[in-house]
Amino acid sequence: MDLSYGPEYKNFKKEIQDFCNDWKGVNFSDGVQVSLGQSFSNKGKTITRTEWQSILIERGYFARSIPREYGGYGGEADIIKSRIIATEFSNAKIPPAMSGQGIDMLVPTLLELGTEDQKKKYIKPTLLGEMIWCQGYSEPNAGSDLASLQTKGELINGSWVINGQKIWTSTAQYSQMMFCLVRTEPEANKHAGISYLLIPMDSIGIEVRPLVDMTLKAGFNEVFFTDVSIPESNIVGNRGEGWAVANATLGHERGSLTNPNATMNRVNSLIEMMKAETVNGQRLIDIPVFKDRLIQIQGKVMAFQSNSLRVLSSKLNSNQDTKIASMIQKLVGTEIRHELEGLAIDIMGEIGTLYEDSPHIRDDGSWQFTYMYYLGLIIGGGTNQIQKNIISERGLGMPREPKVKEV
Amino acid sequence: MYFGLSDDQIFFQENVSKFLADQASLDVIKLISDGGNDTKKADIQRGLINLGINGLLIPEKYGGLGLDLLFATAVSQSLGSGVAPVSFTGSYVMAPIAINEGGNDGQKSKYLSGIADNAIKFGVAFTEYVGSRENAHISINNDRVSGSALFTLDIEESTHLLVSNQNGKIGIVETNHKGVEVIKLTTIDKTRNFSEIVFNDVDIDILEKTISNDVAIKKSIDAGRIILSADSIGASQTLIDKAVEYSKERKQFGRFIGSFQAVKHMCAEMTADLEPCYALLWHAAHAFDNMPDEARLMACQTKSHTSEVAKVIAKKATEVHGGMGFTDLMGIHYWFKRIGLNRQLLGSPELIREEAAKIQGF
Repeated sequence: MDLSYGPEYKNFKKEIQDFCNDWKGVNFSDGVQVSLGQSFSNKGKTITRTEWQSILIERGYFARSIPREYGGYGGEADIIKSRIIATEFSNAKIPPAMSGQGIDMLVPTLLELGTEDQKKKYIKPTLLGEMIWCQGYSEPNAGSDLASLQTKGELINGSWVINGQKIWTSTAQYSQMMFCLVRTEPEANKHAGISYLLIPMDSIGIEVRPLVDMTLKAGFNEVFFTDVSIPESNIVGNRGEGWAVANATLGHERGSLTNPNATMNRVNSLIEMMKAETVNGQRLIDIPVFKDRLIQIQGKVMAFQSNSLRVLSSKLNSNQDTKIASMIQKLVGTEIRHELEGLAIDIMGEIGTLYEDSPHIRDDGSWQFTYMYYLGLIIGGGTNQIQKNIISERGLGMPREPKVKEV
Repeated sequence: MYFGLSDDQIFFQENVSKFLADQASLDVIKLISDGGNDTKKADIQRGLINLGINGLLIPEKYGGLGLDLLFATAVSQSLGSGVAPVSFTGSYVMAPIAINEGGNDGQKSKYLSGIADNAIKFGVAFTEYVGSRENAHISINNDRVSGSALFTLDIEESTHLLVSNQNGKIGIVETNHKGVEVIKLTTIDKTRNFSEIVFNDVDIDILEKTISNDVAIKKSIDAGRIILSADSIGASQTLIDKAVEYSKERKQFGRFIGSFQAVKHMCAEMTADLEPCYALLWHAAHAFDNMPDEARLMACQTKSHTSEVAKVIAKKATEVHGGMGFTDLMGIHYWFKRIGLNRQLLGSPELIREEAAKIQGF
């Protein structure tokens, strides 16, 4: 066991802490929501999102291992540095680099499977936050069983012509592009008939209808395609290989959903609140039942944090096998966070149900918002029931459900 | 950076597991638990001592291996996994740590060397400090001890007893002293023995440094809690393995029951609950050895959290086995009961969480 990062990282940590000091309270003129469930101070410099992305890339704090020619920093991937950056930014309440489906899912996919032209055209503006992407995967009748999707793409006179509907499309309303799974080979079996297409959202024939979720804030959308025509070259991988291309990115999404350090910071915010708030004149932290629940959830978060250190370690030491420890992260991380936010609501009582701009609201309603938002994450990105199938089948080698005739 | 057990620790751990697989099969565990074979029990204990489990935490200058708590943790996982019917937590973890921390040079030399060469074996009677019940009341006055201690750990074949009062003052008593009365308790877990000790004005050798502070007992209990957590984690893993294995063999409705999502999801939940416990456990042991500021909180959280997780696994894994899980024949209950008792030893989860809150100043 060796938890030290080594002397070279001491300097790096100091560098990041200095950077965080310089930028304390930075905020964005273009108001893009950067991190859910965390509020950043309003004091400090005001810049645009793109400027912030450029600063982070220039210093190698973001897009570190992405080649310079595609707009990245062009350095070696360094997982410990990434970890230090995430931790220090989170501790200092500095907004992290932008994330989103373009950065987290599309960029790694293009780097792995895209053509040279696609890499040159799309990666840089995506990293800078100038090109926002949405993900066109789920359909009304293709949720957990994604491979049964039916949105159709036909190659007609050198263009893909797309008809059908997508749903649960986050950020579609302000995205410039969509990476989309489309059935292009109707004769092939369901997994082999899909292609991965890149669709400009301003194409004629696209209609985006908002689908408001229970938080009434972060919106999903439905996206309808009627004879939408895009160039033949807007395909990643070959025809019929879309399922494999998409699976490369689904892995990225599952890994990126939960950050244990952010969750522990949230526990610490809850502790502060429990010290400050009272009911019947008694501090919440002094009420044994609340205190017991707090310590219980703190223990869970500690275990989750340690688990993620173990996963990190396995990426640095090739002899370590942490397959199960990685596989459980989405399931465990989302459930713990939901429980934690729910505890904050319980200890506040009726105050915990206040929302939007209500009088007496605490922390801008972020506990209530995040409690609901995380229910969305429990369902999204592969429902937690699907996660349990994956853990039991791929992790524990349990038999698959027998195939039944489709109804 | 390396987070996990080292090759040496894994090697030692596997040796313990192999030894137990060979010498302490379920049939042997049943025999011993039914009280029919104390010789076999002693043989197993001796075999593990030959592997070196008694000297793990004894400094080299007293003839031990001079290893750290993480090493002992790795061993304890194996012992729990095999529901080993042996002494470990009290005799070879809590006792050496308490003596090393609280004893003067003479005491350390005498007792630690004694443990290392297996001439001395300790039972540990700290319940008065952790959670006194039944008005046991241990009083230590002028090198004499009176009162009673419930749930003394690792009493079998002990030559000496470590006993503490409510303030954490620790002393050593000879087990066969005429004023020491050993009353055997029957618990659900028959793989290990627990006793009530009654002290009738007995000579006691007080660990010198424990007169002025309770550092020694705190460290000893922290370590004990981590080791018991490891035991429960080992036991939980065996239960999951058994449940998964059974689900791949047992057929109902023309299918292996492991293909039903109801069963699969129980196994996935057990796995998702248990896996982070390993990391927490090793982190806590590492903190005990290297990060004193965080050690106490981590020890408390590890014991409390793993106790909660293990309890649920004990229940679900039994359920996956259906009616057979409930039988003595299948023996699942040995692991169920081991986990059930570990949960209460050295503080139940609620009491430990209260302590964790105090450590943080709430």
